[in-house]
Amino acid sequence: MSIRTTAAEAYREALPVVAVSAVGGLFAGVVLGGMEAELSQVPGLLLLVPALLATRGNVYGSLGARLASALHQGLVEPRFDFADRRTRAAIAAAMANGVLVSVFAALSGFGLLVALGRNHASLATLVAVAFIAGVISGVLLTLAVVGVVFIGHRRGINPDTLAGPVVTTTGDVVGIATMLFAARVVLALGGG
Amino acid sequence: MARWTVRGIVADMMPVLAVLTLIELVSGVVLDTFQATLLRFPSLLVLVPVTIGLAGNIGSIMASRLSTATHLGLLRFEPTDETLVGNALATVGLAVTLFPAVGAGAWIVQALLAGTRLPLGTVVLVATLSGAALAALAVFVTVAATYTAFRVGADPDDVVLPVVTNTCDVLGVLVLFAVVRLLV
Repeated sequence: MSIRTTAAEAYREALPVVAVSAVGGLFAGVVLGGMEAELSQVPGLLLLVPALLATRGNVYGSLGARLASALHQGLVEPRFDFADRRTRAAIAAAMANGVLVSVFAALSGFGLLVALGRNHASLATLVAVAFIAGVISGVLLTLAVVGVVFIGHRRGINPDTLAGPVVTTTGDVVGIATMLFAARVVLALGGG
Repeated sequence: MARWTVRGIVADMMPVLAVLTLIELVSGVVLDTFQATLLRFPSLLVLVPVTIGLAGNIGSIMASRLSTATHLGLLRFEPTDETLVGNALATVGLAVTLFPAVGAGAWIVQALLAGTRLPLGTVVLVATLSGAALAALAVFVTVAATYTAFRVGADPDDVVLPVVTNTCDVLGVLVLFAVVRLLV
């Protein structure tokens, strides 16, 4: 193959997935753009945005990949009653990872803000926002990932090709929307 | 063999997740540095997640294609190699065609929802320049990471993808910051 045909083929293959994720990213951006008030009221929250978004992608992307491989190997059954021991363990571990790493991001982020002498909200506020957002986004993304992987598998679609794009497109939107919600809850409870 | 207990999965993943979080906090510090500009011009704030996401995506697609080619023995690290140069061109092509559309999209939704202070041309230019710079960096990082993994005998599938995705995330914010400083 010539360079030209290789480039054209790679471009054509990637374009739909990347375009869909661009649209997802724009939605996430719109939510973030509407968060001006919360970002000013909770100084330091913006610092957590990349870490929290990456966590959603890393944790639930890995859950999708794990379940997809297990379906291929016949280790788990694509059933929604959660009777399957391995499915339950994978979901519980993903939730634990997601929430623990979110709180770790808030603690480390707070440390950085203090060390750099930046304007910051209280530690309790940042940890509470990260925790609430971590729990809610965990529930939503677990439903999305497990749903898509299992339903895809039942319909004969390779779950490996589904899990990645689903997580990248929904992860950012869900990640930012739950941060906004969590920030509002914490502000309403008197944090800041 | 993957472990299937909650404790096992958490123990396997937590160290990697913690390190990646610390890397992502670097881009968080950059965002925090230009928070005032972002809050004054929300159409730039709209660009943040999509710039990070697209940079990581474009890099990860190239990384997984190069990894597969390495496994199949189809890749030579030479400037004339079809797979190497073809994928690099596709990566740059994806960036320079999608980022202008993303810039225009960000401006349009922000204009419809809340109004904008920056002209359309500026936002499109910020997105396009960021995209072009990021594509060049993503190509460099991907080739360097794949080559290193290949040289030390590590499986590029395990190593290259997380490195490329998270490096591109950080670079996405850094490049956006630099371009905004230059143009706005």
